Amino acid sequence: MSGGSYSGFSLFKNALSYHENWQRAWRSPKPKSDYDVIIIGGGGHGLATAYYLAREHGITNVAVIEKGYLGGGNTGRNTTIIRSNYLWDEAAHLYELALKLWEGLSQELNFNVMFSQRGVLNLGHTLQDMRDIERRVNANRLNGIDGEVIGPAEVQKLVPLLDCSPGNRYPVLGASWQPRGGTARHDAVAWGYARAADALGVDLIQQTEVTGIRRENGRVTGVETNAGFIGARKVGCVVAGNSGVLAAMAGLQLPIESHPLQAMVSEPLRPCLDTVVMSNAVHGYISQSDKGDLVIGAGIDHYTGYGQRGSFHVVEHTMQAICELFPAFSRVRMNRQWGGIVDTCPDACPIISKTPVQGLYFNCGWGTGGFKATPGSGYVFADTVAHDRPHPLAEAFSIDRFYSGALIDEHGAAGVAH
Amino acid sequence: MLQIKCPYCQELREEDEFSYGGEAHIERPANPEACSDEEWGAYLFFRKNPRGVHHEMWNHAAGCRRYFNVTRNTVTYEILESYPMGEKPAVLAAGPGERN
Repeated sequence: MSGGSYSGFSLFKNALSYHENWQRAWRSPKPKSDYDVIIIGGGGHGLATAYYLAREHGITNVAVIEKGYLGGGNTGRNTTIIRSNYLWDEAAHLYELALKLWEGLSQELNFNVMFSQRGVLNLGHTLQDMRDIERRVNANRLNGIDGEVIGPAEVQKLVPLLDCSPGNRYPVLGASWQPRGGTARHDAVAWGYARAADALGVDLIQQTEVTGIRRENGRVTGVETNAGFIGARKVGCVVAGNSGVLAAMAGLQLPIESHPLQAMVSEPLRPCLDTVVMSNAVHGYISQSDKGDLVIGAGIDHYTGYGQRGSFHVVEHTMQAICELFPAFSRVRMNRQWGGIVDTCPDACPIISKTPVQGLYFNCGWGTGGFKATPGSGYVFADTVAHDRPHPLAEAFSIDRFYSGALIDEHGAAGVAH
Repeated sequence: MLQIKCPYCQELREEDEFSYGGEAHIERPANPEACSDEEWGAYLFFRKNPRGVHHEMWNHAAGCRRYFNVTRNTVTYEILESYPMGEKPAVLAAGPGERN
């Protein structure tokens, strides 16, 4: 680490100089003319990919090219929920790899990502919800993922402010409970990966927009940017909502549509909610950040869009649901509301794939729930790029599944749950 | 909240009267049995998803309940026209400064 690692001692040392002399977390290098690998997109997934390329595969001649600032897209816009309780084996193994990496991430990166395993509840409001929950929890347990089905009394004990009284508008019949799930500080994840990747020699190039992908004889040779051409033997594209735009630059089309997804935070409150509560049926999910604000996520707007904002009736619907579930929150004032552009796939699963262009790879389609997968996504994508073949956990997520029909339908577990 | 004009009702109404129907002008292959896996997959799943001018279907769910087409800019969300099913759009290419 340039300037040393973070520790209790460094905190004490810097306190003596009024915290005015902290080292910079990463360099701001001029782009070289040529790299082994260019990663397009400096969000969590892209930075994690660059980190694991350097750390696991010794490929350090790597640049991450970001058109804005690091973590300024969906990484900084999501509701930070982490869980791995997905139904199908392929998805469950991928998200569980991510969850296992989360558990050691702060130590590994020497950066506190504030990962908090406060548990995640998925509420069931109807008998069919409960059947689906039973099926999913059973599938999770067979895959070695923690989870249990709990009844309304246990839900009420975990979340005293939740209205579990019989006969209310959205009766709580029970929930799935994943104790290892939780939240993390989203910005810190981007910063932690950025700092660790930079320390291993990765160039983080911000404020530089890719405008074209240059190819020769079916092979990628580099990227055009607004700062000129940068050569590369391999290019990995990790740009979420803008994946379709980048694919078009390489003459490709993706089975992806980009939609606005909205979220909001309230004014800071005293601690009142120490788990994550999600409800697919009423399109709302809520947790309380360490700062005290309630973090609330809504559903997607059904139309496609790139405008990073959505329609009011979508957030209105979510607020109605949250107020029904938590009557005590009805007087809480909302501080901020925003939208991010999510890249949704027809089967609500990501695409981690080679492409018909040699040396060009895509990691996209995470849709509404990519944040939780950040470490696992970077890990398997780095492996895929390094070896020019899919990582065993990424094989099922090839773009070919939209031709073969081997879709992995995770709409139930993905739901609105992020 | 978008404001959408239904070409059948000839009324400008709020978005929550409508439901979104996806990309417009996708033709079902005349003979699905003769399609390759690539052609059928492209028809089912692959979409233009442009950053800019987009032709899409909407259903006037709380009105005449009919499908129609809308040309909308996916960055500014400006609605450029709406026209009945079976007709061609008047606004075609992406405007200057936009990528398709």
